[in-house]
Parts: sequence; structure tokens; C-alpha cells
Amino acid sequence: MAKVEQERGTLSSEQLREFFREMLLIRRFEEKVEERFRAGELPGFLHVAIGQEAVAVGVVRALEDGDVIASTHRAHGHTLAKGTTPNELMAELYGKMEGCSHGYGGSMHLYDIERGNLGANAVVGGGLPQITGAALAFKLRGEERVAVAFFGDGATNIGSFHEALNLAQLWKVPALFVLEDNKWAESTPEIQHSPIRDLSKRAEAFGMTAMKVDGQDVEEVYKATKRALEHARSGKGPVFLHVDTYRLSGHYIGDPQVYRSKEEQRDVREHHDPLPPLRARLELSDEELEELDAEVQEIVEASVDFAKAGTDPKPEDALKNVYA
Amino acid sequence: MPELSYREAVRDALSRAMRQDDDVFVMGEDIAEMGGSMGVTQGMVDEFGPERVRNTPISEIALAGAAIGAAIQGMRPVAEIMYEDFLTLATEQIINQAAKHRYMSGGQVTVPVTFRTQGGAGWSPGAQHAQQLEAWFVHIPGLKVVFPSTPTDVRGLLWSAIYDDNPVVFFEHRTLYGIKEDVPEELEPIPIGKARVHREGEDVTVIATGRLVHESLKAAEEAEQDGISVEVVDPRTLQPLDEEALVASVKKTNRCVVAHEAVTRMGFGAEVAAVIQYQAFDWLDAPIERVGAKFTPLPFAPIMEEWCVPHAKDVVEAIRRTVGRDGD
Repeated sequence: MAKVEQERGTLSSEQLREFFREMLLIRRFEEKVEERFRAGELPGFLHVAIGQEAVAVGVVRALEDGDVIASTHRAHGHTLAKGTTPNELMAELYGKMEGCSHGYGGSMHLYDIERGNLGANAVVGGGLPQITGAALAFKLRGEERVAVAFFGDGATNIGSFHEALNLAQLWKVPALFVLEDNKWAESTPEIQHSPIRDLSKRAEAFGMTAMKVDGQDVEEVYKATKRALEHARSGKGPVFLHVDTYRLSGHYIGDPQVYRSKEEQRDVREHHDPLPPLRARLELSDEELEELDAEVQEIVEASVDFAKAGTDPKPEDALKNVYA
Repeated sequence: MPELSYREAVRDALSRAMRQDDDVFVMGEDIAEMGGSMGVTQGMVDEFGPERVRNTPISEIALAGAAIGAAIQGMRPVAEIMYEDFLTLATEQIINQAAKHRYMSGGQVTVPVTFRTQGGAGWSPGAQHAQQLEAWFVHIPGLKVVFPSTPTDVRGLLWSAIYDDNPVVFFEHRTLYGIKEDVPEELEPIPIGKARVHREGEDVTVIATGRLVHESLKAAEEAEQDGISVEVVDPRTLQPLDEEALVASVKKTNRCVVAHEAVTRMGFGAEVAAVIQYQAFDWLDAPIERVGAKFTPLPFAPIMEEWCVPHAKDVVEAIRRTVGRDGD
């Protein structure tokens, strides 16, 4: 690991509590999405990031206004963290005009350009070259902005990843590549999809500064991201942030996970859920937790009501938005 | 009026746009000091510098994707894909990403990127350096596709492509780079989606693209000696297609030949034939003839290559068939 400057400041307990609240909101939102999908209300192909909430919140909370992200097929957490409201996100999952992509995108194509979300991407690695390009635009225009790509360990095998990192480092553009290493590429474990165990070596091979962080600790993710952003923003070139995280659920909603033992599934849920240790650190009493939980569940319930009351597109609206 | 080659006309459009607009820049393989493999960007790095005439690694996914990413931030990049054959490497970014961002976002994203590329047979490079793949891209909603055949058209249409708010795949033909034409002093933008009638005629309409426009003009002269009056129309833009102009021409002549260098099967001409038969069925006096390459990869040996791709004589034969003078 290249040495990057030491952390800048620490989080107050209020900030950390706010992070916890946001992580809990994302968790409850995705649990609700699973529930509504199983009830047959949600069309399409959905992927939840249960277990990876600290990555979304830690990274996105460290960004400045004007920074942009590109997400993956597992995008609900990133999208909420970047400021899209639960109502707008849930409405999209129900295919409504009020949705963040107005019913044209769905779970794998969540956009919110005004808030700097360049879109989730259903092609593994698809967003990475465009993040290099967004960062190039910032550099050419002399803007102090950073473009951030999220992707998983599975994406580190695809050509888009290697070409995007190579070009970003060659041109020293202000980009941040966030590897959410949950150790699974769909149903294929890392041991079967990568010949090396330390995936940050792939970034180091391009001469890129690489950092590693515990992705289940939101404060650590936040601090590491702050350092990475400072590096990128100051013109020193892109940074590769290798985040060690865990996917507590299957690849998609309804995935029976035949490829993963029951013991392992239990183990990750018991030992790698980012919420309980944070709750303990914040010393939240049962009452405080229940109060917080009730508050976020109300928001999630309201988003379902909002979505169900939303406007269906007309079939022929399908012909709009093909061209500018 | 200055005389410009097709190559110089492309360079002129790029340079004028870059002079007036900091958001326009070009990127591609070997485009800076070398001036591109076809010499199109020769000298531009001296005027605009390496930041705006940007050499890239041989890395089509990143090259295409970075252009798209910069375009979404409001710049107007022109990415050169050295050979059409190498578009295959960039198709993920062009087809899944550039063409669909606006749609998938419900209209939030604008992708004003231009992908310039070139191809064409006639110099025996073999099967991986001269394909004509324009039909693939016409099949993708969200892309515009332009294929100019003259210096005036390539200059005016490239300008319009750069300033179009949609992704445009812009095809140039290798064997046309050297052709020259007097062009107006001032660049006159040519709207995307407008066909050009190159030659008026009464008996047969030939709808041709790229090199085949020039072959069809030669064929028209030859047919004229047999007393057959041929109209030659170049759609210039394949998507959107100026159906009105093509149909109007066929309604006048009652016969139609479509001609391109690409493989005939599933080629762009198949779509044109479908449009014509549906909109001008009652006007047609003969089946629509299609002229294109044989259904093979391009062979190396010049004798075979020459035989596989169409020339003026193939267009003449097709014209004769439509007027029932085959085999005379």
C-alpha cells in the first residue's frame, strides 16, 4: 500500500449517529424491497447490498458538492446515500413516473444527475471508463471535482476495469475507484474468479495509489475516502480504494444461494453485519434504537405508499427520451 | 472557393469547432504527432496542443468510454476509432452506454459525443481492416449514424455531428480521403437527416452510400449511353433516414437500386428496400435491386477482394435488370 497522508479530523458522535441512521434506513429500505418483490409487487431483476451499507454511506458522505458517482447493479444504497429520496427511489422500483429515472430505468439503472449520480450500470465494469472521462472533463476545465466509480471484485476481471484504470493513471485524472470486495462475483467465489488474493495489486500494477480499508466500519471508510479524495483533488492522480466488505444476502432477490453453505451464510450475518458494532460503539439503548428504527421504518413505509400512488407511464411514453 | 480533399474537409470541421469552442477536443490512437493513421488530424497537435489533440493508448473501451464520460459532463469530444473493425472493441460503451443513458435516465442525461471512424476495401488489408459495419449501428435506438461521401458533405455533417446532443457514429470511407472538391469559404453546416440528390433522372433511382455514391454516378453515365436516365440519391445520414426524399425519388422513377459496399445480406440496403416497398409499392415497376459485397469476410488476394466488393459495373447491371434489359 502506498502511504497516503494521515487522516483528517475525526467524526463527532452526532455525525456517527447520523451515519448509523442512514445505514439503518438503507437496510430497512432494502428489506422492504425484498418483501415487496416477494409479494409480487416489484417487476424486474433486483439486487440488494445488505451488509455493504457502511461502504455506501462512508464513501458518499465524504464527497463534496459537485463530485459525481457511477454505481453498479447493486445500487440502492449508493443512490440513497447520494441524496435521492426514498420516495423517488421506491417509485422507480415500482415503474412510476415519479421515480428517479421516471420509470425508464429500474433498479439497475438508477440516475439522479442533479445530485451527481451518473447512473447505476447493469453491465459489470460499464461505468468505469466513463468515470475516467468525467474526471478528464474536470481536469480539462480546471474544476476541483472528483469522479467516483463503485464496482465489485467480479469487475476487476473485465477489460473495462483495466482499460479505465490504465487511462486514468496515465492521464492523472481526479478519479476514485472504489472496489467493494464482497468476495463474490454473482455466485462465483473470489478463489474461482481471480488468480491473486490481493486485488489492489491490480491497481498498483498501473502505478496507481491504492488504499485498503475495513468496509464494515463506516468511520474508517469515511476517513479513508477523505484521504483518497484529497489526493485525487490535489492533482496527484486517481486513487484505488480497496474496501473489504460482505454481502449478507444472495446475488439477487430470490437467489437460493446453492453455492454458499448455510454455515457461511450464518457466519457472515453473525460476524460481519456492520450495524451491531456501530450500535454498540454509539452505546444506543434499546429504546433509542427502537425509536430510530421506528423513524426510518416510517420513512420506508411512506415511500411504498408514495410509489403505489404514483403515476403509471402511458405505454407510448416508451417512445420518448430515445434522442435529445 | 477553396479546394479541399475529403481528408482536409474533416480536419477543417474539427479545427474550426476547436477554435471556437474549448469544450470540443479530439482523442484517439496515434492522432497527435502522427496525425492519425489516415492523416486526418495532421498538424492539429501543433495548433491545439496535446491536451486537446489527445493520443490514447490502444484501448478502445477506455477511449470510447472516456469520451462518453466527458460528454456527459457537457464537453463535445470527438473520438477517433482508427478502423471500423475496432468499433467491435468499443461496442459495449457505444451500444450499452452512450446510446442508452438518456433513455434509461428518463431524459436526464445528454451524451454529445461523436465517434469518427473509417473503413473500406480496395487496398487488400484482409478481413480485419476494411469492413463496413454501419448497419450494426443503425439498428441501435439512441445512436445517430452519418456516412458522408463528398468533401462538402463530410465537412458540413461533421460539424452538425459535433453539435448534436446525441451520440453520433460518423463513418468515413478510406478510399474517399483523397477526392477533392471546391467548398464554400465558410463552413455551412448540413443538417443530419437530409438526403442529397446527386444527379436527377427519370427511369431508375439509385440510393447509394459512401464509395458507392461515386460508383453509382459512373454507372449512371454508362446507363445514360443506353438511354436509361438514372437518379442518384445519397441519404448521407442513415439514422435518422430521410425517407421522404428517397420515397419521392422512387415515386418519380418507379424503379430502385440500393447500393453499398457492405455485405448485402442484412445490410443497410435491406432496410431501405423495406421502406421503399412499403411506402411506394404501387409505384414500383420492378423488384428493388440490391448491390453490395458478397457474403464472405474480405479476402486478401487483390483478385478476390476486387471480386467481392461492388463496383460501377455491378450497379449498371442492377440498373439494367430493373428496366428489363438484362443480358443484352
